[in-house]
Amino acid sequence: MEPRTPWQALARPRRFLRTGWPWRAVAYLASGVALGALALLVLLVLVGFSLLLVGLPLLLLAGVGLGGLERRRLLLVERDPAADPHRVPEGPGLAAWLRVRAREQATWRELAYAVLSATVLWPLDLLVLAVGLGLPAALLSAPVQLAAAGGEEAKVVKAYLVTSYPQAFAAALLGLVLLPLLLYPLTALAGARAALARALLAPREAELRDRIGEVTASRARLAAAFEAERRRIERDLHDGAQQRLVALTMTLGLARYDAPPGPLAEQLAKAHEEAGLVLTELRELIHGIHPQVLADYGLAEALADAADRSTVPVELEVAADGGAGAGARGSGFPRLPGAVESAAYFAAREALVNLARHSGAGRARLTARHADGLLRLTVEDDGRGGADPARGSGLTGLADRLAVLDGTLSITSPPGGPTVLRVEIPCGVRSASSSPRTASSSARA
Amino acid sequence: MRRSLRIVLAEDSVLLREGLIGLLARFGHEVVAAVGDAGALRDAVAAHDPDVVVTDVRMPPDFQDEGLRAAVALRAERPGLPVLVLSQYVQRSYAADLLDAGDGTGVGYLLKDRVGQVEEFLDALVRVAEGGTVVDPEVVRQLLRRHRDPLAALTPREREVLGLVAEGHSNGAIARRLVVTEAAVGKHIGNILAKLDLPPAEDTHRRVLAVLAYLKA
Repeated sequence: MEPRTPWQALARPRRFLRTGWPWRAVAYLASGVALGALALLVLLVLVGFSLLLVGLPLLLLAGVGLGGLERRRLLLVERDPAADPHRVPEGPGLAAWLRVRAREQATWRELAYAVLSATVLWPLDLLVLAVGLGLPAALLSAPVQLAAAGGEEAKVVKAYLVTSYPQAFAAALLGLVLLPLLLYPLTALAGARAALARALLAPREAELRDRIGEVTASRARLAAAFEAERRRIERDLHDGAQQRLVALTMTLGLARYDAPPGPLAEQLAKAHEEAGLVLTELRELIHGIHPQVLADYGLAEALADAADRSTVPVELEVAADGGAGAGARGSGFPRLPGAVESAAYFAAREALVNLARHSGAGRARLTARHADGLLRLTVEDDGRGGADPARGSGLTGLADRLAVLDGTLSITSPPGGPTVLRVEIPCGVRSASSSPRTASSSARA
Repeated sequence: MRRSLRIVLAEDSVLLREGLIGLLARFGHEVVAAVGDAGALRDAVAAHDPDVVVTDVRMPPDFQDEGLRAAVALRAERPGLPVLVLSQYVQRSYAADLLDAGDGTGVGYLLKDRVGQVEEFLDALVRVAEGGTVVDPEVVRQLLRRHRDPLAALTPREREVLGLVAEGHSNGAIARRLVVTEAAVGKHIGNILAKLDLPPAEDTHRRVLAVLAYLKA
């Protein structure tokens, strides 16, 4: 594999001198000196101007400008280009551009780099060049220097007094040996310099990627925890409050039956009816939290259930390729991972509730297809359209929930209709080993 | 006085189980076994050969639909064994699964709330024990809200009649409810059966088939 950086090139020391890498390193350092010296000049001028306040934004620009140049200059010693870390301003105009730049960390890193380059880096570059290239060159030129001085004596590298040609040629020989030897540390330092520049000027991709990975993972964990909590609440209500209420209505029913006609029987009848209403409300509440049909029969049946409950007539169509047929009655619709079934069901239900409330639709159509590892859900209505997804906080929440599963939610709703809501979630078919019947037994102590 | 039924009861909530035993005893029925999970239910049925089984849907060990699965399995093993399933959910799928098992006679699907309406509950229990088919009015009500094929062909009155058939009422009871003559109800049912393409036959229960078609629509 071809080396991508000076350090990688140095890893093959014998080939190294025959490659272009030493000269690229020299060119990088030399141009660094020139640019750094220029940066110092510009910065000094701008600092002077910033006393008059106008220099401050220009100082920012200097950093951004130098950063751009330095990123291009990196190509001298590194084969991988450094990407631009800046965001694209949302609006046109200098003001918008400045606002974005001033808020970016990258801008300030560039400014720091500019200061560093102007004060420390370019003198350092110069020193490295002087030692690595200047010293051997001076030694090599000893005979010439001696001849130029008239053959009597010459001071090589300001320290070493040469008084004869053999001495001069010995110095030249030393220079000849030193030149290739010093190219190694010189290139290594150029590599370090480039690494520093990249660290400050390139976008921190790895860091960014890590952060995104972490965020996704924590979102998935949150969503799973939320789902588990939902089921726990549902179970607690089902096993606790609901059973007690049923027992209560049963007792009240019996008491009513036994009570002689009169005020007491009327009171009991009233209490009995109230308890019945509470039971109905509780049942609806529990269903809203987590419909049991979803766990028992899967998405297709749960969607049928949601369609049943809609006040606007809903035409339902479910289809799947292959038809693993494990679950949903009749349709051959497969069981999908629990999180997918749940997210898809709640998206459909939210859509149906929304269209019943706002669309003015007379009919709706709900389709669910699972093919090629993708679940596609569509809810269409013949209403007046104009639905704004940005205002539906319920839909935003659903979109977030789908995003955790790498899914998407989109709505098209031109004024006058029709409104079409689409949900897509990539997912496989649930394997037999993770069926809810085995999964929930361990979840419940 | 109604006849006394021998009942096997499966309900994991002790509170409800004891309540139901008391309720049934109060009306002269005998709970020969009261169990708390699906496995014990099947053992109890094998041991006691009851007149009717009353079971909860959600039971141990997994708290999903074990009770319903056990009921379906029991009916597969013992065709004609009357089973009344109690559920805390309005769920067409449960009712349809249950009716699918066997020929659909002698089964009932009721919301648990109904046990509070003591007389109606006992009435439904007896109808199931005698081979009737009972679907909870709440499920029926939900089904009535949508108008899908093949029920689209039915008139609103016919749908209403079919709903009452699904609830397990006899023609006489339906006639009383709708304040019409029994002959009129018979005529409606004849039209319904014709529209659902259920021709007269000796060995099928066309009323049950109609209810099934209704549930699956």
